[in-house]
Amino acid sequence: MEPFTVHTGTAVPLRASNVDTDQIIPAKYLKRISRHGYEDALFAAWRTDPAFVLNDPARAGATVLVAGPDFGTGSSREHAVWALQDYGFRVVISSRFADIFRGNSGKGGLLTALVEQDVVEALWAATEADPTLPVTVDLTARTVAFGATTASFEIDDYVRWRLLEGLDDIGITLQSAGLIAAFESRRPAFAPRTA
Amino acid sequence: MGKTLAEKVWDAHVVRSAPGEPDLLYIDLHLVHEVTSPQAFDGLRTAGRPVRRPDLTLATEDHNVPTIDIDKPIADPVSRAQVEALRRNAAEFGVPIHSLGSAEQGIVHVVGPQLGLTQPGMTIVCGDSHTSTHGAFGALAFGIGTSEVEHVLATQTLPLKPFRTMAITVDGQLPPGVTAKDLILTVIARIGTGGGQGYVLEYRGEAIRALSMEARMTICNMSIEAGARAGMIAPDETTFAYIEGRPKAPSGQDWADAVAYWRTLVTDDDAVFDAEVVIDASELTPFVTWGTNPGQGVPLAGRVPAPEDFTDPVDQEAARKALAYMGLTPGTPMREVAVDTVFLGSCTNGRIEDLRAAADILRGRRVADGVRMLVVPGSVRVRLAAMAEGLDRVFVEAGAQWREAGCSMCLGMNPDTLAPQERSASTSNRNFEGRQGPGGRTHLVSPQVAAATAVRGRLSSPADLDAA
Repeated sequence: MEPFTVHTGTAVPLRASNVDTDQIIPAKYLKRISRHGYEDALFAAWRTDPAFVLNDPARAGATVLVAGPDFGTGSSREHAVWALQDYGFRVVISSRFADIFRGNSGKGGLLTALVEQDVVEALWAATEADPTLPVTVDLTARTVAFGATTASFEIDDYVRWRLLEGLDDIGITLQSAGLIAAFESRRPAFAPRTA
Repeated sequence: MGKTLAEKVWDAHVVRSAPGEPDLLYIDLHLVHEVTSPQAFDGLRTAGRPVRRPDLTLATEDHNVPTIDIDKPIADPVSRAQVEALRRNAAEFGVPIHSLGSAEQGIVHVVGPQLGLTQPGMTIVCGDSHTSTHGAFGALAFGIGTSEVEHVLATQTLPLKPFRTMAITVDGQLPPGVTAKDLILTVIARIGTGGGQGYVLEYRGEAIRALSMEARMTICNMSIEAGARAGMIAPDETTFAYIEGRPKAPSGQDWADAVAYWRTLVTDDDAVFDAEVVIDASELTPFVTWGTNPGQGVPLAGRVPAPEDFTDPVDQEAARKALAYMGLTPGTPMREVAVDTVFLGSCTNGRIEDLRAAADILRGRRVADGVRMLVVPGSVRVRLAAMAEGLDRVFVEAGAQWREAGCSMCLGMNPDTLAPQERSASTSNRNFEGRQGPGGRTHLVSPQVAAATAVRGRLSSPADLDAA
């Protein structure tokens, strides 16, 4: 995984709450068995509307998505993270994230920056006034900066450390293989097996 | 200070704990399906890692499978490729699998409990958010993403931060005709789709204790729709009676040891929840959704709300969008909303008790002209049990379609979908835009409301049929 320290890019204002993962990537795109190539699937239903914000040419190349509260609710599909990344997003900013989506984002290297809703509103207004406005997300300092504004964001310490280092979870866990084996030797005899 | 049920199960599975780091939690059962696993198996292959515990892993085919003509190859080549990838991966990594055509095939969350694999005190994960279903047994069960699927396959553990705990206490008794589905839809409308975020919900109180295991599964299944990772219900005699004698249930001395342990899995009297919600069961009525998230619900006796009915501007905007998408006018009585399709099935309401409840209403009645009704058992076992009781004939004689087992119209990944603007009453769990097919409009309902709605062609409770 690529380490994440500081990122600067333009933003997309997504003025919607409860953006569920069925909207981020509709189910029909989940049939693929690959890990990449989902850029066409991102918000596929909403993109059929010419007025949808991603269809605005001024938003081309944007890398920071700014969404309303409860972003990523519903299905656990990690494809939602992959689609956002394949499209080019590095950061999602919201005032509330669904748990599974936020966990998946951390695994895949997509930064989810949790801010107060008034920061979301200010960012929406600023980027709507000027689509070229650069937004800088600094994971080391935990800040989002745009125009004259600098706001702090929340992220779990451990997730932050992993993102900064670009570490692979499985590799970290396998360092505890001895502890896992010891735990297994203590499991009760009545615990069921599938085979 | 005492512990909650969730904390007891958590503490019994900690492999490693260190300050400032997530706990490493052992996973007792990993359920796998075709949609969220191919990239995980690919990751193992790339890294040259085996599946650590194939004997604690079980695969089944459910999301993509058709519910007719299952003896023929899957028509959609992309769906077929995904199912075939699962079969190849299961064979290569030694993971047991229940494929289409097997007597044990079905929706992953129906299969686990019916095999007796789902037991109190276990940690259970699956790359599917409705894994919360298994919490009905007092297991800590939650959905995970594909990276975590790979992590569990490789290590049989997950690094996790402890969840907070929330008690949902349901006092009193549910009135006649009010079901577990009405209860959970009411809970979600009350606390909101984000109300459970970061929490494990523990459902408790007199009304919960009175529920069957299948009704408890309906409740825990939809915990995720309130934003919670998991829902749990402490095991009791109802739980033990359900598990005893199932293929994977303990037997002999193991059974005695297991039950003795399971009896300890209750929240201690002096334990403290981080939050608590109290609901009076006697006030509940049949409940349906009007909007495009599961929190946008009202009593069936109510009306479609107006955006101005909400105080929060975010809720107002969400209501405006939902009303436009759903094609509904504020003030319309919910009972006047006409549907095109009725779907009975899913991991929420696709079990034998759900089919019985619907059949009881449809017996001797007809599905309204112009309405199609799909009845999709949650598993092959449920299907066979229903046929042994003659329920299939009740459905067919009423004019409904009797299907093979699978996720079907819950999620629009297989041939069972809504057409654009088509409106459904659905016993499934999500009414998101396009969930049942692009442009489709979903109203979440209980099996009883689904059956009555099929007869009247409009959202209805069984009581409406008696009045007519």
